[in-house]
Amino acid sequence: MQTFQTDLLCIGAGLAGERVAIEAAAAGFDVTCLSLVPARRSHSSAAQGGMQAALGNCAMGEGDSPDVHFEDTVKGSDWGCDQEVARLFCDNAPIAMRQLAAWGVPWNRVVPGKSTYFKGGKLFEKEEKQEKEGLITARAFGGTAKWRTCYTSDGTGHTVLYTMDNRAVQLGVAVHDKIEALSLIHDGENCLGAVVRCLKTGELRVYLARVTLIATGGFGRIYRESTNAVINDGGGLIIALDTGVVPLGNMEAVQFHPTGIVPTDILVTEGCRGDGGTLLDKNEHRFMPDYEPDKAELASRDVVSRWMTHHMRQGLGVPSPYGDHLWLDIRHLGCHHLATKLREVDEICKNFLGIDPAVNLIPVRPTQHYSMGGVRTDKDGLAYGLKGLFSAGEAACWDMHGFNRLGGNSLAETVVAGMIVGAKVVEYLRNHQVSYPTGLIRDFAAQQQDRTKRLISKADGKENVFTVRNAMYDALMHGAGIFRNAKDLEACVQTLQEVHERANKIGLRSNGRGANPELALALRLPGMVRLALCVAQGALQRTESRGSHAREDYPERNDRDWLVRTLATWQPGAPLPTLNYEPVSQVWSIPPGERGYGGGKIIPAETKE
Amino acid sequence: MARNLTFSIFRYNPQDPISVPHTDTFVLDETNHMTLFIALNRIREEQDPGLQFDFCCRAGICGACAMVVNGRPGLACHTKTKDLPDAITLMPLPFFTLVGDLSVDTGTWFRNMAQRVRSWVHTDKDFDPKALEERMDNAVAEEIYELERCIECGCCVAACGTAIMRPDFLGAAGLNRLARFVLDPRDKRTEQDYFDIVGNDQGIFGCMGLLACEDVCPKHLPLQDQLGMLRWKMGWAGIMNLLPWKRK
Repeated sequence: MQTFQTDLLCIGAGLAGERVAIEAAAAGFDVTCLSLVPARRSHSSAAQGGMQAALGNCAMGEGDSPDVHFEDTVKGSDWGCDQEVARLFCDNAPIAMRQLAAWGVPWNRVVPGKSTYFKGGKLFEKEEKQEKEGLITARAFGGTAKWRTCYTSDGTGHTVLYTMDNRAVQLGVAVHDKIEALSLIHDGENCLGAVVRCLKTGELRVYLARVTLIATGGFGRIYRESTNAVINDGGGLIIALDTGVVPLGNMEAVQFHPTGIVPTDILVTEGCRGDGGTLLDKNEHRFMPDYEPDKAELASRDVVSRWMTHHMRQGLGVPSPYGDHLWLDIRHLGCHHLATKLREVDEICKNFLGIDPAVNLIPVRPTQHYSMGGVRTDKDGLAYGLKGLFSAGEAACWDMHGFNRLGGNSLAETVVAGMIVGAKVVEYLRNHQVSYPTGLIRDFAAQQQDRTKRLISKADGKENVFTVRNAMYDALMHGAGIFRNAKDLEACVQTLQEVHERANKIGLRSNGRGANPELALALRLPGMVRLALCVAQGALQRTESRGSHAREDYPERNDRDWLVRTLATWQPGAPLPTLNYEPVSQVWSIPPGERGYGGGKIIPAETKE
Repeated sequence: MARNLTFSIFRYNPQDPISVPHTDTFVLDETNHMTLFIALNRIREEQDPGLQFDFCCRAGICGACAMVVNGRPGLACHTKTKDLPDAITLMPLPFFTLVGDLSVDTGTWFRNMAQRVRSWVHTDKDFDPKALEERMDNAVAEEIYELERCIECGCCVAACGTAIMRPDFLGAAGLNRLARFVLDPRDKRTEQDYFDIVGNDQGIFGCMGLLACEDVCPKHLPLQDQLGMLRWKMGWAGIMNLLPWKRK
């Protein structure tokens, strides 16, 4: 078996992974990144909108500061975030954006003079100042007090990732792509590297490292309908959970977006509704005003998603070979508006659906979008439970997002957290040495070798990997989707436990040789079901509604009992995760208050006896 | 009426000693809004779980799913079956190392390309975290973005006449990448520096001007203009090289 040794092993080579890698490589350490795909195909590339940083350069961003950004972030988290971390993030975001500019990101810049913009379908005028010409500009995003989101046209993630990877090439960071991590190597106290499978040859390999970083992005693909790339199946979280000692934080906090297109779940922007688009059911009836007479389609993301799901559960969805959906109607906006103001939507409809949104209705449904939960770390990015294990980006619960993330904060987090965590990794590398016990390494490798052999020889059973995966999808979407209640969650947990047993009895139908995709899924699926159980069990226990987590049977936000973060660990062989709780924040700059939208009662913390 | 689609798919697993290159046929009923992403996943789930192909973002942004569809390189994710006849032939991209079936290794080639064109901003300035960002004209930023939109899918080199004959050819993707830095005022390299990288037959002078690259580019990048601009600039730099007193 091939064995590699390095100072820092980054599992994941998207923005967060590469940003940490760059910090360590610049300090002279040897760095290897593993990636399921070539680094530049990472899901970071798909982010179009932008990155929040309080630069205050543009006219609509005047008077902005890290303090205002901090307040928006804490409010957005529904007071579920770690305020110390949110503060670190907001203070460092401007530095990170300027550094990216120095490294080559072609940020859009301030152009002085008058220009117009739309808000709520109405036209307004603004004037950019001469003295700000050429500085990084910003655009508006939901939930922010100022225009703060730095961008490069509609390809922010793409340009930032390409710049980051250029920097990684320059510094000699090694990226081994088409590699999947199967388990961490650890002795219960120290993390020592990982056992991986090469997705070009199917061979197992061992990577030994003084520091291991998990930066594998979100785990949206445990849901059937997700805007995430197909690689976002939670691989990094699974190997952390499987240690039995590293907890995952707030796994029940999952964000949904109202308008993913059916069948491929690509997003069409909120701007459709902002500009006057409406949602219709199977009778082409506009249903949102029935539920939200004032705001209708313009209610917040989570509110609209909830009503859409509710409406489909009433049997008013449009049946299709891909499951029920609803219609988004933007026909009345006219060809000119679609070709100019909603160009991207126009293109998505034509390229991926083959329909013309000026003439046809767009099939949409609420779709999993972002995972606030992940590997629980402290403010330095160091994972709880194991020395030498760090995590950053969407894979981590660093926890600046709490229970709902603001648009433009996730892409910024990858780079800002990468910068901060990277510096801490360097500090750690300077001060810590490890030794690699060969017997331990051999045992971890043999365990994965054995799993592979058993799957190919059908030693444990003949379950079909796709059938079992579909059973997980069904259970999760029904019980732990947008709307949650005790009855459905209990059923969901029970079904998922059965699914978990079946996932351990999979037998391959193909020969499993080489870069076999059926084997890849079969190796991953039991872990994906465990993640699903962390989501469902966490959601069942959390008897309140906070951020994206909405309990029909507990509609109030309960600061008295639930101002805590869920920590899920999994003891080897256990049927369910073990849940523990910790306070959401040690430091309180802003006491819990109204979120500003979505209504709902709050049970204040002061009522605690 | 729903059609029955017949997919003829190239099969070969280089890791399997008994595998030989051949074509397998799969039949699917067409559904509304079906793309090759949906079709291939259905074939894998319902008919052959070992079928190898790559998708990542499945939204035309990452470039993972390039393959040859009825003879033409393109992205499978935004290829709709309703735009194709009911007989569909799928082949892996040529030029790149085959991983298996429709999956090829583009990562190794593109990383090597990035190293060859030294794909980063060359500057002697250190980043100062306390200073304001260096100003840039917005129009220049947008011009750079236009060239940076390449998603490294590999269609352009797969369709390139020179690349077929010359495996070390940088291809339109590599030349476009260099053009992006030529345009960037932050990059302090001189024309001679760029000439040293692409002023040869592996670079700009290898291009035969067939322009299939621009025809198949799924992002509609202006590759033809970039090749023309580079060839013109590098041609001049080459002539300067011939004049001994102009050489640095």
